[in-house]
Amino acid sequence: MSLQFVVDGLLTGSMIGLGAIGVTLTYSILRFSNFAHGDFMAWGTYATLAVVSAIGATVGKVAPIAPLSFGWPLIVALVVGMAFTALLALLLDKVLFSRLRSQGQAIIVVMASFGASMALRSLLEFTFTSRPTYFSRAIQIAMPVGFGIRITSDQIALLLLTAVLVLAVHLLMTRTQTGRSMQALSQNAALARIVGIDVASVVRVTWVIGGALACVAGVMIGILVQIRPFMGFDMLLPMFAAAILGGIGSIPGAVLGGLIIGLAEAGAVQLIGAEWRAAVSFIILMAVLFVRPIGLFGVRER
Amino acid sequence: MSEIVLDVRDLEAGYEPGVPIVRGASITVAKGEIVVVLGPNGAGKSSFIKAIAGLVPITGGTVFLDGKDITAAPAHTMVRLGLAFVPQTENIFPLMSVEDNLRVACGILERREIPARIEEMYAAFPDLVRQRRTAAGNLSGGQRQMLAVARALIVHPKVLVLDEPSAGLSPKFVSMVFEMLAGIRKSGVTVLLVEQNAKAALAIGDRAYVLVEGKDRHEGIASELWNDPVVAELYLGQRPRKSGTGGGA
Repeated sequence: MSLQFVVDGLLTGSMIGLGAIGVTLTYSILRFSNFAHGDFMAWGTYATLAVVSAIGATVGKVAPIAPLSFGWPLIVALVVGMAFTALLALLLDKVLFSRLRSQGQAIIVVMASFGASMALRSLLEFTFTSRPTYFSRAIQIAMPVGFGIRITSDQIALLLLTAVLVLAVHLLMTRTQTGRSMQALSQNAALARIVGIDVASVVRVTWVIGGALACVAGVMIGILVQIRPFMGFDMLLPMFAAAILGGIGSIPGAVLGGLIIGLAEAGAVQLIGAEWRAAVSFIILMAVLFVRPIGLFGVRER
Repeated sequence: MSEIVLDVRDLEAGYEPGVPIVRGASITVAKGEIVVVLGPNGAGKSSFIKAIAGLVPITGGTVFLDGKDITAAPAHTMVRLGLAFVPQTENIFPLMSVEDNLRVACGILERREIPARIEEMYAAFPDLVRQRRTAAGNLSGGQRQMLAVARALIVHPKVLVLDEPSAGLSPKFVSMVFEMLAGIRKSGVTVLLVEQNAKAALAIGDRAYVLVEGKDRHEGIASELWNDPVVAELYLGQRPRKSGTGGGA
């Protein structure tokens, strides 16, 4: 068995993990499963692609940064795309979720997110067609790093970016007043208000973080695989699996869950064939939940 | 009487429109006083102070804090206005450390003031210091109440509002909680306290009100109310009884 699956698995796991952070935050703070989260990924990616094209059309062709397949326009576009996706999430919450949430029935919000997911996806197909597209068609040569593993510069850069973002979110959650407010809200919403936390503003921060990270995950898929309107929706099950596996509400859990599922899927492709990859990740999910129903980093409510 | 801090006039409140639980209750709390609200089960005591804290919709009457109308203020603005509320149950964040429980409540304090303020709370509640890194859910019942009160006091409230701090605690912790309240009284903090445990509450209070069916029916000096026949009648039901059990505490 080639160890290449480790790199592939870590990359897939990073994409899943970044997406799962948003899923786990929405679930623990707003108390619903947001099925539109995958479509935030796709919208973020298309927004980033649109900005890259716009920059290309204004300033002409930009040479890629040394070993990478992309230049500064993609980095600028990613930042714009993250802001755009955050705004999209805020907008969707304002016009749809917050109104339904105030009526207090979680299942209605979940169904609404399912509808929003379909609407967002169809809009993308309508605007950009369902034909796959790419940030760059250049082919990168993967360099051997020993043990039969090959990795491209893009892949290294994206793994580093994931690590930095995950660390940043973790520090935000544990070291800042905003993060403590988010934890407080997820543990006891009524008490959070009593101690002076403005729930509406914490909810906004939650959407901004979730949306921005969804965009990064989508752009990673766009760089390493391809861009399609269904790219995010296809990630939905692995993202939820990762969030549950890691323990709902836990940022490190979501990322670790993503990596486990990514590695399991990549390993499964080699061992038993690509058609079983989803099955393998779900068997792992069920096995973990059988032993530890609250997930790896989950904590029992007391 | 010295300066009035909390002035509640003809308060009406309830969860559903047309079904008031609080039906025209009025109380005042002067600076530095501990005022106790007593009443039989279902008298609306809890709803009454929750309404003051912005947690139960108010349908009539007014609430003034330090002369300022806070009747319609949303719950999350209350600490900024100077009212700190301690709910009866679920009054800590169980998965956060003791220290984070205190820190998360410091949103309205100046950033550089916070560490000193946390140390002051540890000095006032020494039991919490050793547990500062412990998840608050692992604390004992009495320590949880201490943490909840410390968290409310940390923002220098003009009035501290407590909903039955002794409810559901074992006798050992009940006396611990009332010792703590006696300590708060000495520190000069203004307190509004709702209690089932009438005897213990009257022992530490300055004045008390008896709330029956959502209205304030009787008022008096705390130390005198325990033997007041009117209270016995209102509190224990229509017939005054001889057994002084403390009214179902």
